Amino acid sequence: MRGNHVVAEAAIRAGCRFYFGYPITPQNETPEYMAAALSKLKDGVFIQAESELAAINMVIGGSMAGVRVMTSSSSPGISLKQEGISYLAALELPAVIVNMCRGGPGLGNIAPAQSDYFQATRGGGHGDYRNIVLAPSSCQELAELTMEAFDLADIYRIPVIILADGMLGQMMEPVEFPDHKNPKKLSPKDWALTGAKGRPGRVIRSLILDPVLEEEHNWKLMRKYERIQKKEVRYETFLLGDAKMAVVAFGTAARIAKGAVQKVREQGLKVGLLRPISLWPFPEKVLVELGKRVKLFFVFEMNMGQMVEDVRIALGRDGDIHFYGRPGGVVPTPLEISRIISSHYLRKRL
Amino acid sequence: MNGRTSLKGYIEIDREFCKGCKLCIEFCPKGIISLSNNLNQKGYHPAYFTEENTKKEKRQCTGCSICAIVCPEVAIEVYRG
Amino acid sequence: MKKVFSRPRSLRKVPFHYCPGCGHSIIHRLVAEVIDEMGLREITIGVPPAGCAVLAYFYFDFDMGESPHGRGTALATGLKRALPDRLVFTYQGDGDIAAIGTAETIHTANRGENITALFINNACYGMTGGQMAPTTLLGQNTTTSPGGREGLRDGYPIRLSEMLALTDGSAYIERTAVNSPVNIRKTKKAIAKGFKVQMDGLGFSLIEIVSPCPTNWRMSSHEACQWIEKEIIQYYPLGVIKDVTKRGQGC
Repeated sequence: MRGNHVVAEAAIRAGCRFYFGYPITPQNETPEYMAAALSKLKDGVFIQAESELAAINMVIGGSMAGVRVMTSSSSPGISLKQEGISYLAALELPAVIVNMCRGGPGLGNIAPAQSDYFQATRGGGHGDYRNIVLAPSSCQELAELTMEAFDLADIYRIPVIILADGMLGQMMEPVEFPDHKNPKKLSPKDWALTGAKGRPGRVIRSLILDPVLEEEHNWKLMRKYERIQKKEVRYETFLLGDAKMAVVAFGTAARIAKGAVQKVREQGLKVGLLRPISLWPFPEKVLVELGKRVKLFFVFEMNMGQMVEDVRIALGRDGDIHFYGRPGGVVPTPLEISRIISSHYLRKRL
Repeated sequence: MNGRTSLKGYIEIDREFCKGCKLCIEFCPKGIISLSNNLNQKGYHPAYFTEENTKKEKRQCTGCSICAIVCPEVAIEVYRG
Repeated sequence: MKKVFSRPRSLRKVPFHYCPGCGHSIIHRLVAEVIDEMGLREITIGVPPAGCAVLAYFYFDFDMGESPHGRGTALATGLKRALPDRLVFTYQGDGDIAAIGTAETIHTANRGENITALFINNACYGMTGGQMAPTTLLGQNTTTSPGGREGLRDGYPIRLSEMLALTDGSAYIERTAVNSPVNIRKTKKAIAKGFKVQMDGLGFSLIEIVSPCPTNWRMSSHEACQWIEKEIIQYYPLGVIKDVTKRGQGC
């Protein structure tokens, strides 16, 4: 199944019946799939909005009503949604936002890239907030993480971003889906707007004029983010047990890096891979542990160097960290990456 | 009067809600509301019903509610009968 | 003596923050009265704007979800699609609906969304201190059209209601004002008609309500009401602009 279809099918299986989107390559197949699938479901609603900006505000409306709701887009479209995402965070509303990242900045191109890492993991819009950011590197993982995203969004009442890229969206791979969740059987949301039947009116708002109260609201959000950082970190390790050098990469870049690690392992070099799956919360602790016995790090991303900063934050001064980036939609081969890894490895005479 | 006993009205103005915008004064057909010269807590001169203590028969107020309709602060309650 | 006029149930007994003589206050009461009289309080969800009326959720005693500036109709679309049997209305200023939110408003109307948009036209940006709005009249002095608005410099006052009447998805559009007892009564009827059109599922309804803003117009409350009559209504005539419930009516 094609990645963009996988995302849509996974959302429906997660009990999502509301999708508001807008066409943009390389994710068009998601709204197309949703238009067909949701129209066949009695309680399904698909709207192609007039802009990504209108779409994210429809998401806010749907989320306020307590339903599972999703939107998807690609880099320029995601930029248009940043105001809305900031509101989702402030209003503590669950939502799933899929970004099939493409070459940027500006109009860029439609080739796969990872240049929206900062935008996704640092909040992206105005104000102090974070989003949970999950980065799949296969169609199977795209399915699992999308379904998980809906649960995480509801549990923590937070927007969750699936940060993939154009390649993953277009790629076809076999996928096994977990079974359907019935939207009617999802846990009820007592905070949602449903009409004040037998109760006083309920308000969902983010305007807090009194700075003291607004500060408290920020602390409340911060306590939520700390809970998430403790419980929701996800990553994968590959051949790190005896490694003397660790490669750090996520998403499509991690697939390439895994191929490169296998190549250098064949040459007898003790190299392993750490693949963050949750980009926020970032797997800082595992890196710090790794840093105690591995002295050489190599970060490979399909951008100009964004996740590498989080690696530097985690390892501090003692980590010897090298970065290799290919932005703009260029996708290097595992062979090319393996040569760079081995050159660093051998220069260090590990 | 065409023989029908005309209805009499009575209004109560909440002087703390009133912001002295004077719309009721302008629109009252009988001109029987005016601005008091003392202040409410917010420092506005609130409007007051001049026939507050007038006997029912002598009152001109018919309870037409125009004052309440134009009052932005929902500060006026109207009685009729 | 029977009490014949008092505060509607859906309006909390809380003093308004609005300026003396502000039209928002009157409109809030009318909305609450209509909702009470139509028995809709328990299924109503309002969408307040970013602007003077953002604090509407302090006053209305039914569910309200605040929208980013200009996005009210898009947000209401999401709400209504998720809860099709509820009454969903947006309460938006002229800047909210006819400047930053124009695209959302046009497309919500074009999709025939069953929501009601209340468009409060006070010919300026109130909350931010009286700047020029899309509905500011030619020659009207505001803090961002000093010396009076000039068409070729600042654009012309936009006739959004007439524009939206051209969308097939719109079912009922009327422009009223709250500058006199008669117009206030008509406004109440218009709001009720808009809500009825929505509950009957006929499509998008928009009530544009010309509203006095004494503070930013630098006039007394009564002068503001007269200025509406003398100036605004000449450019923005009152009346039903579109009504699909009546054959051969409207554009």
